[in-house]
Amino acid sequence: MERGNNYIVEVDNLTKKFGDFVAVDNISFKVKKGEIFGFLGANGAGKTTAMKMLTGLLSPSAGKALVAGWNVEKNPEKVKLNIGYMSQKFSLYDDMRVNENIRLYAGIYKISGKEIKTKINILLEELKMQDLRKKLVGDLPLGWKQKLAFAIAMVHDPPVVFLDEPTSGVDPITRRQFWEMIYKASSGGTTIFVTTHYLDEAEYCTRASIMVDGQIKALDTPENLKKSFEVDNMQEVFLKLARGK
Amino acid sequence: MNKAYVNIKNISKSYGEIEVLTKISFSVGEGELFGLIGPDGGGKTTLIRILVTLLKPTEGTAKINGLDVVKDFKKLRTRIGYMPGRFSLYEDLTVEENLKFFATIFKTTIKENYYLIEDIYSQIEPFKNRRAGNLSGGMKQKLALSCALIHKPDILFLDEPTTGIDAVSRVELWDMLKKLKEQNLTILVSTPYMDEANLCDRVAFMQKGKIMEINPPATIIEEFDEPLYSVKGDDFYHLLLQLRQMKITKTAFPFGDSIHLTTFDNIDFRELNGMIESKTGMKTETQKIKANIEDCFMARMIDTK
Repeated sequence: MERGNNYIVEVDNLTKKFGDFVAVDNISFKVKKGEIFGFLGANGAGKTTAMKMLTGLLSPSAGKALVAGWNVEKNPEKVKLNIGYMSQKFSLYDDMRVNENIRLYAGIYKISGKEIKTKINILLEELKMQDLRKKLVGDLPLGWKQKLAFAIAMVHDPPVVFLDEPTSGVDPITRRQFWEMIYKASSGGTTIFVTTHYLDEAEYCTRASIMVDGQIKALDTPENLKKSFEVDNMQEVFLKLARGK
Repeated sequence: MNKAYVNIKNISKSYGEIEVLTKISFSVGEGELFGLIGPDGGGKTTLIRILVTLLKPTEGTAKINGLDVVKDFKKLRTRIGYMPGRFSLYEDLTVEENLKFFATIFKTTIKENYYLIEDIYSQIEPFKNRRAGNLSGGMKQKLALSCALIHKPDILFLDEPTTGIDAVSRVELWDMLKKLKEQNLTILVSTPYMDEANLCDRVAFMQKGKIMEINPPATIIEEFDEPLYSVKGDDFYHLLLQLRQMKITKTAFPFGDSIHLTTFDNIDFRELNGMIESKTGMKTETQKIKANIEDCFMARMIDTK
């Protein structure tokens, strides 16, 4: 384990090739502890491939990445144990109850039986879902499912959580409640690494990067990005960059 | 609105005990670009599937250009174009084979109606020998739209064409819809993106199987009658929490780089900023603003709770 600084994600010349196709092209960046880091890009820009390498699911072709102190190539299993991950596709078990889903994931992360009980109570209280404990997850509205999935992604108190388009299709009020959960986690010291197609959400990030054709073309605070592109909002920053091919 | 082209009367749909659509009624004019706006689970897809004759309503009737969606489904199917939410073309056929397949099914040829799809199809034509499964998201969409148009339909239904699609492709898709509208095609499109409402002639706000409002987007915005302010400050999250605790606050929600605040009473924005600063101890910037579509939708959601 390589550790001892203020960064939770350190990416150095990371590259992924599939045959001749370079999906991720020599990207380098660092994410500070406690940041909300927006990872933006057009479809096919390489975000998902990069995320897969950072979460230990895909081995890089070249370069290096440290996540939560662990090298993603040499110690992918350690990486997985030390991060939270919420996938784009809803990945809780629809035919299991709310409390059963929490218990399952807590168990996977090797939390003890006694601790799991307290965890379930705390988590349901925070989500204001105490009454829904015995409900099948499949019967919950989408917004509730997403909030539950986020809470479960953090059930083992990881220092960093990866969220892949967590608010897709969610109603505008729930979408904002979701972001409040993100703020809360971040103000408690958890680092958030998030992708989204809602560019108003990019404004909520501490810093955001924009990927185009496998490369990171911009990385800064939303305010500085808007200034340097001389536009009013992140949507226009994105359009200027992603279109300028 | 031109003469009604789609007429929906009291459509309801239930699965056992669960009602997913409740007494939906509205009309869409000929040549109109009509938007169904609302989050997932609101009933948008169910309604579209009824209109394209893939699903029968439990109650009510719907007619498209005089043809009933239940009784005349066979005739109707040749007249409508439908682009489902999920990519539903043949991934193991090439781009051109897919298009040919749909043209043949509808007893026409690519050549005959090429002029209709030229703008869109020409962008993916260089890849016509590539398998559909190997296209990028934006290209898949252009192919799907070409296939939905190749039989020269009178009306086009698009179910969430922009979900999961990046901002650049979203803008491109809406440009294409605008052009199709100019050719007097009637278009009914659903979307969870509130900002896209502005691009429609009229929109229906849908939530939990019901329609909350139908109007042109400009009218919806004009009707918004609550005092609305934008508040900016450095510690965004704590500012939000503090605003919620203030007695004057009705709602406070993050909107991009500011917080949108609605209050029970109309307050001068300078005075309001003073109140916020003394409550929070932060340096803040407050302005009175006009509502956008998303503000309006959220206000409706809260009112109908």
